[in-house]
Amino acid sequence: MPGERREAMVTLLFRLASVVFALLLTALVLVLVQAPPLEAFRLILKGAFGSPKKVADIFVIWIPLLLTSAGLLLTFHAGLWNIGIEGQIVLGAVFATGVLRYLQDTTIAPTLALILAFVAAALGGMIWALLSGVLKVYGGVNEIFSGLGLDFVAVTLVLYLIFGPWKRPGVGSMSGTEPFPRELWLPTLEKMRLSPWALALALVAWIMVIVLLQRSYFGLRLRAVGRNPRAAYLMMGLSPARLTLLAFAICGVFAGLAGAIQVTAVYHRLIPAISSGYGWLGLLVGMLVNYSPIWIGPVAWFFAMLNLGSIQLPIVLKVDSTLAGVLQGTLVYSFLLGEGIRMKWQQRRREIGESE
Amino acid sequence: MRVELRNIHKHFGPVHANAGITLTFEEGKIHGLLGENGAGKSTLMKILSGFYRPDDGEIYLDGQRVSFHHPADALRQGVGMLHQDPLDFPVMTVLENFMAGSPGGMVPDKRKARKSLKTLGEQFGFHLDPDATVASLTVGERQQLEILRLLWLGARVLIFDEPTTGISAQQKERLFQALRQLASEGRTIIFVTHKLYEVQELCDTAAVLRLGKLMGRRTAPYDLDDLVKLMFGRVLKMERKPAVPLGEPIFRVEDLAVESARVRIRNVYLEVRAGEVIGLAGMEGSGQRYLLRACAGLLRPTSGRVWFRGREMTGRSYLDFYQAGATYLPATRLEEGLLPGLRVADHLVLTRGSRGFFVNERHARDLAQEAIRTFNIRGRPDSMVEALSGGNQQRLLLSLLRPNLSLLFLEHPTRGLDMESTLWVWEQLLERCRQGTAIFFMSSDLDELLNYSDRILVFFAGQVSAPIPAEELDTESLGRLIGGYGFVPVEEAQTMSVGEAAHAR
Ligand SMILES: Nc1ncnc2c1ncn2[C@@H]1O[C@H](COP(=O)(O)OP(=O)(O)OP(=O)(O)O)[C@@H](O)[C@H]1O
Ligand SMILES: [Mg+2]
Repeated sequence: MPGERREAMVTLLFRLASVVFALLLTALVLVLVQAPPLEAFRLILKGAFGSPKKVADIFVIWIPLLLTSAGLLLTFHAGLWNIGIEGQIVLGAVFATGVLRYLQDTTIAPTLALILAFVAAALGGMIWALLSGVLKVYGGVNEIFSGLGLDFVAVTLVLYLIFGPWKRPGVGSMSGTEPFPRELWLPTLEKMRLSPWALALALVAWIMVIVLLQRSYFGLRLRAVGRNPRAAYLMMGLSPARLTLLAFAICGVFAGLAGAIQVTAVYHRLIPAISSGYGWLGLLVGMLVNYSPIWIGPVAWFFAMLNLGSIQLPIVLKVDSTLAGVLQGTLVYSFLLGEGIRMKWQQRRREIGESE
Repeated sequence: MRVELRNIHKHFGPVHANAGITLTFEEGKIHGLLGENGAGKSTLMKILSGFYRPDDGEIYLDGQRVSFHHPADALRQGVGMLHQDPLDFPVMTVLENFMAGSPGGMVPDKRKARKSLKTLGEQFGFHLDPDATVASLTVGERQQLEILRLLWLGARVLIFDEPTTGISAQQKERLFQALRQLASEGRTIIFVTHKLYEVQELCDTAAVLRLGKLMGRRTAPYDLDDLVKLMFGRVLKMERKPAVPLGEPIFRVEDLAVESARVRIRNVYLEVRAGEVIGLAGMEGSGQRYLLRACAGLLRPTSGRVWFRGREMTGRSYLDFYQAGATYLPATRLEEGLLPGLRVADHLVLTRGSRGFFVNERHARDLAQEAIRTFNIRGRPDSMVEALSGGNQQRLLLSLLRPNLSLLFLEHPTRGLDMESTLWVWEQLLERCRQGTAIFFMSSDLDELLNYSDRILVFFAGQVSAPIPAEELDTESLGRLIGGYGFVPVEEAQTMSVGEAAHAR
């Protein structure tokens, strides 16, 4: 339909305009903190694309981010704010570490040990997510509050493990647990931290979510419950409780797998900040793509690039290290602003009746 | 203020919702705007109140050409509208809502607003607690609040889009009183409806729209048949339910009780047979909804037992009833019945189910296309449900009911529908009865209750009567019972009969 194509064009134009606006705004922020903006942008690009290893590192960030965003999109569609996502990643990491620590002293084949670690991680993430789900469905506790609480508990648990039962021989430290033996590391590309296996897993998760949400009957039911649980119950005989739990469970599995990848492919041990904040970032990605699963790939990739690129920024430009966060925030807000304006504008168009 | 619309056109995609409408509304009068579902009434009024911009045509207020870019524009120039599906802010208090949109600058004057709310309210007999939350108000009270707000903001033309839907008889009386008062003060009142008796009772003029065009204009007193003909192109009449041979008993309740702060329903014994229709009569909020929901497993009764299709269902949830072949149709379409943001086609797939893992888009469209054709819905398979007119949403809701249901619970099945659609809906429902569906329905339309029920339960002040065969009642006697005259709650009726029996001995 030509009307639809025009709408899509307008959407694209608006998105481009808001990216340009975001760049201008970030430049302004940089000028305010007395850093040369062009130099800063150059440094970000250099930090992200300076060498093949760096490019590979973008994907190292992209993989867990894509996994969590994919899971979160399911919960978003079910009308849920799965704030407990951080805790779910952490629990995945904890379960994977536990299994590997137990198996490293046995004669089990490394491949099998890794597979078991991933299965355990998926289970760990799922259990943590289901806690939020059960509290919501049977206890009437809003998932935002339970999620915040469970995140806190998860972080405390990791610290306890690192400084307690799993501490390094001698003294526990913030640097984490004792690294696993090399054969229990997820195989990566030579001299890099990028694991093709992890990449494949993330891509599969992404495609799965696209298919589920856009083509499957399950996705449609999820959306129905997300839009209006009451109507889905009365008119369609759907069980909002069951679908809510399912959405949480699948999201938890994805988050748990992200945690396992952090442990087995990136850090090779459990560290206090094992989630690297990818849960929060995933929430941001989920919000930005506005329910469209295809977009989580590029958007998550963009954030991964930005994240990596701005690591060096504070050191080289001698500005405060929180600047990277400020830049990201500026980008997000100007994007949301642009989207808001676009939707208002298109709505008006539609009402005026020019959409066709 | 004198309102003049000249040659107004409005398209929504392929739909020509307003096709060159020219109309004048004189001040100091109440003007009816009549038309069947989807005739374009709401669209025309939204254009007049600045929600939509016309594709073509002009608006004049007291001879001055105006054009509105926004509802606030229109309100500044004196045109305010009460919507069919009210858009309000339920988390606010009454006072905050009253002040919303007032040009009070950054620091609104609460004291002054509170006083105005009180004095304005007193003028019309609207008693609203300024500190109550809007969510706690009934539909009728929200409407009163909105009227006061518009008046406070200086509206001189007031548009009411089907305002009598969902309010109690008393509130309706008070509303009509207020409208007459407003008109006598020189304001221009436009009253959108498809209920002829309301036009007859209230309106000085009546303009009839049909398929986006003005079919004609009449002044009081009216010839009702003439208005009906203008609306539908033919004369219509509601007929009694034809005798449907009743089948086996399929639903039974014993000693059912539902009690809460507001209702005291006790001792309900009822056996319903396939094809039977049970009407629930009573003023809005007299307890009908409690009983209906308790029967459907949506509300846990205080005591009692329930059987459905030979199985005991006491304590089972609604999903069990649904799977056994029952469906509950709620009255609030967008809140409880439909999924805003999803397409017509999605709704049909969701109710018909999908065989495979994937949704077959072709199949979905075919289903939607068929529903649109048989239920005469003005919309397309990929229309979002919130873009349908009120009546069309109701048709869609009915089209979602699965074939071969055994039991239907209906809250106001024809609310918001014009007469032709009402007749048509009942044709569909009675066809289901013929195939063995039993129906419970609540309604505030006495004719509908009398014509289509086999037996009627009357509710008054949270209590229920014993079932009364519909042929023993007429409009007058039913109306009296609903008002509490001669009403006997079922529990007293039973003790009485026991007492009388003892006496006789
Ligand atoms: N926002 C919209 N987008 C697309 N189509 C619309 C929109 N609003 C109305 N329509 C279409 O325009 C036509 C007129 O609708 P309108 O709401 O004016 O009818 P109405 O006379 O108020 O009917 P009802 O008695 O059912 O409320 C209908 O066919 C409707 O589907
Ligand atoms: Mg309407």
